[in-house]
Amino acid sequence: MPQDYDVTRQVWEGKVPVEFVLAAHECTIIDAPKPYYAMLPRISYFPLALERAYKYFMSAVDESEVNKDDVWLEYDGYPLKWHYPVGVLFDLHKTDDVLPWQITVHLKKFPEDDIIRCAGRDALESMFMQSLKEADQLKHRGEIVNTMQKRDHKQLWNGLVNDRFDQFWLVNKKLMENSGSNTFHFVPMRLYKTDKPYRQVLVKPMNEAAERTTLAEACRIFDPDFDSSSSRVVSHGVEVPLDTPVIWLAENLAYPDNFVHISILSS
Amino acid sequence: RRPSVPTAAASGGKIEVLLKPVGDAPIMKQKKWSVETNKSVAWIIAFVRKYIKMNVSDSLFIYVNQCFAPSPDQSLGNLFDCFASDGKLVLHYSTTQAWG
Repeated sequence: MPQDYDVTRQVWEGKVPVEFVLAAHECTIIDAPKPYYAMLPRISYFPLALERAYKYFMSAVDESEVNKDDVWLEYDGYPLKWHYPVGVLFDLHKTDDVLPWQITVHLKKFPEDDIIRCAGRDALESMFMQSLKEADQLKHRGEIVNTMQKRDHKQLWNGLVNDRFDQFWLVNKKLMENSGSNTFHFVPMRLYKTDKPYRQVLVKPMNEAAERTTLAEACRIFDPDFDSSSSRVVSHGVEVPLDTPVIWLAENLAYPDNFVHISILSS
Repeated sequence: RRPSVPTAAASGGKIEVLLKPVGDAPIMKQKKWSVETNKSVAWIIAFVRKYIKMNVSDSLFIYVNQCFAPSPDQSLGNLFDCFASDGKLVLHYSTTQAWG
């Protein structure tokens, strides 16, 4: 078993406290609503939590004025991308230590140029599955995800949505197979910086010297000018040691979509 | 990374994209395009839709490796770096969901 149970369990259980505040000035308010509070799993996605927050805020505004598709979230001037995991958005945008994380819920003026629209839970599920397929394409040339049954795919998604660690990992361990003919070809990694689209490049588990590729080496593949003295390399809210082998990251710190999501922040 | 492997960054900001139809999707007269690496999947979807003159109500899906539909905000440079072969990024387009 290549996974460290304690690590994968802690990654699964990581949560951030969020305070949703309605951008009340944008609509006709009958009675100004109080904020909506939620503890969100880092590995989850905002649309899953937003359904309840939306219902809550709708009781305060004139519903004829609002279209559900126009809802978007903003923090510190950044529109939040709903298809990124909550933990990635937190690590990337949250620069201070103040909790809960205060996020503004907008019901108008959707920023078309900055983010894509979320057409509901089905759209999120489809996006998640495609991301998972992409990751397996990098790890196993897609051979594992493509031979799975539809019900396995559903089990992965339902495990995530319903916060069922065992249900999810029962299927996910197949995607994590890394031996014999199922040895990882590449490590699915995405690297984020504020203000820039993320980068995704080919990272091999082993380097040219036949040693395990380290996170520092991977960072330099992404960005030849990577400077470890002026950067913090963060995933799941933790500064990750740069000598960590990327294969360990793929097996233990990957998000449910099987990608390792890393934020590079200036220190 | 070995210097022999082409990367989107090393190709002067442009990459070669080969567009192939799936099923009954209309054929594009010009299949090979030189595209800037920072363009997104959403951009190439809009481009193909316009080129094959699709109705606003019809959908278009783009696939990589005949396997997955990349996220609309994924950059073509990233896809090139991870999935190009022989210096080309091959994208299949379909008017229906072709691969899951």
